[in-house]
Amino acid sequence: MELVCPAGTPAALRAAADAGADAIYCGFADETNARNFPGLNFSPEELSRGVDYAHGRGAKVLVAINTFAQAGSTDLWKNAVDNAADCGADAIIAADIAVLDHAATRHPDLRLHLSVQAAANTPEAIRFYTETFGVKRVVLPRVFSVTEIAALNREIDVETEVFVFGGLCVMTEGRCSLSSYATGKSPNLTGVCSPPDHVDYAEDEAGRMKARLGGFTIDCFERGEPAGYPTLCKGRFSALGRSGYLFEDPVSLNAFELLEELAKAGVTALKIEGRQRGKAYIAGVVGAFRKAVDGLSGGADARAAISALKAMSEGGQQTTGSYRKTWR
Amino acid sequence: MQDLHTNLSLPPVVSTLIEPLPRSPIEALLSVFTRRLVARRPDLLRRLGAVVHVPIAIVPDDMPHAFLLSLDADNSRVAICEKNEIGDAEAIIRAPFLVLLGLLDGTYDGDALFFSRDLRIQGRTEYVLALRNTLEEANLTCGEFFGLADAPARWVDDITRSLLAQVRHFASVSAEWSNRAPGRHS
Repeated sequence: MELVCPAGTPAALRAAADAGADAIYCGFADETNARNFPGLNFSPEELSRGVDYAHGRGAKVLVAINTFAQAGSTDLWKNAVDNAADCGADAIIAADIAVLDHAATRHPDLRLHLSVQAAANTPEAIRFYTETFGVKRVVLPRVFSVTEIAALNREIDVETEVFVFGGLCVMTEGRCSLSSYATGKSPNLTGVCSPPDHVDYAEDEAGRMKARLGGFTIDCFERGEPAGYPTLCKGRFSALGRSGYLFEDPVSLNAFELLEELAKAGVTALKIEGRQRGKAYIAGVVGAFRKAVDGLSGGADARAAISALKAMSEGGQQTTGSYRKTWR
Repeated sequence: MQDLHTNLSLPPVVSTLIEPLPRSPIEALLSVFTRRLVARRPDLLRRLGAVVHVPIAIVPDDMPHAFLLSLDADNSRVAICEKNEIGDAEAIIRAPFLVLLGLLDGTYDGDALFFSRDLRIQGRTEYVLALRNTLEEANLTCGEFFGLADAPARWVDDITRSLLAQVRHFASVSAEWSNRAPGRHS
């Protein structure tokens, strides 16, 4: 299986390539990609140099142009596709049908991957994208069990890519409006879930940290209590006299134990989340999963390296997410 | 590999020893090397975006003073001030000194430090994020900060890496010993 790794900066791209990534995904520094955070992402020149570096180490570069183009103003997205092609990218990851159509029409030799933002989770939806735009790979939403992935793979004739580590999104991706509701900005249209200019942290003298998004208090962490990202879906809510996480806990996905099952389910590629993370995360997680994937074919035992990743996890916790639906 | 950082605070004696040091020459040196770095790497200013000119306070928990950082093309400045004199800062970053150094050179991941509460931020989160991501790209080793290249840079980086590893080990052992002392609770 191919190991697909994140890069938010050229330095992170080099770290991913050096740590053994088979492919590295990244995006331009604008609203065309779903990690449009301050200080992150690539200019076309940086991407071009990054492609050279990655190719020199045998890694592919996939460019995420995976937000939804704004009606009547699609040039930014079309230019991003053209720039990615000019830079020598190996594939584009897109969700919007206008972006997919532009890429398929203008750059027929450029490989297309369907972003998780398209939330394509039925054979019918997936076949629409493969037959209409020639999509070669589908990044599956993080809502399937391994059994469901195996069943889906039997019904489609396209590569599938699944997340194996990092932040979890349990919503219908590409259609979630929680961030829009609180801030007016969303990962779908502006490329930011919980934009940092709407995030505010305040710590009192007792070390209690209050996290607010768009003026809404979404969580309070006691001194020393592990924290999570400031997203509404990971907020702690009080209702009917009880407090708790309504949608999901602050926790990171770790599907290391399921790699063999995912391979048997027909998965082509394993994706690590975290374009917003630093080089230490990239090097640590990519290195550990490189070992783990190699371990499937008789390489060294990766358990120690994978165990060390707990310190990288949101809230200091890990889960196998929906791959094992223990709540059923 | 990132590990738990809670034991990375310097012993209080370090703060006591640093307190009387004259601030002006240290400020001048840090400002000069920061200006030179910004001049060498204009890409970093582009990446900083809106953070240019914005004063950001960096507050090492285990040091007597705070640093007030202001970056721009012509007049980047590092000021050393009392911890209660950072009122002008648009954003504040707090962590033990060794953790902050690890963030500068990419040894630690900022999000992981935030999750573990070793790194705390206040004020304009977007400025903190832009600065963090720019530092990630800067690869700010000691050699890079002092404008060295090739063999001298590698030599300085090797020495500082080894020295920092020893200091981190010492801080960790010292904290463990301190926590085990009678009457202390971890």
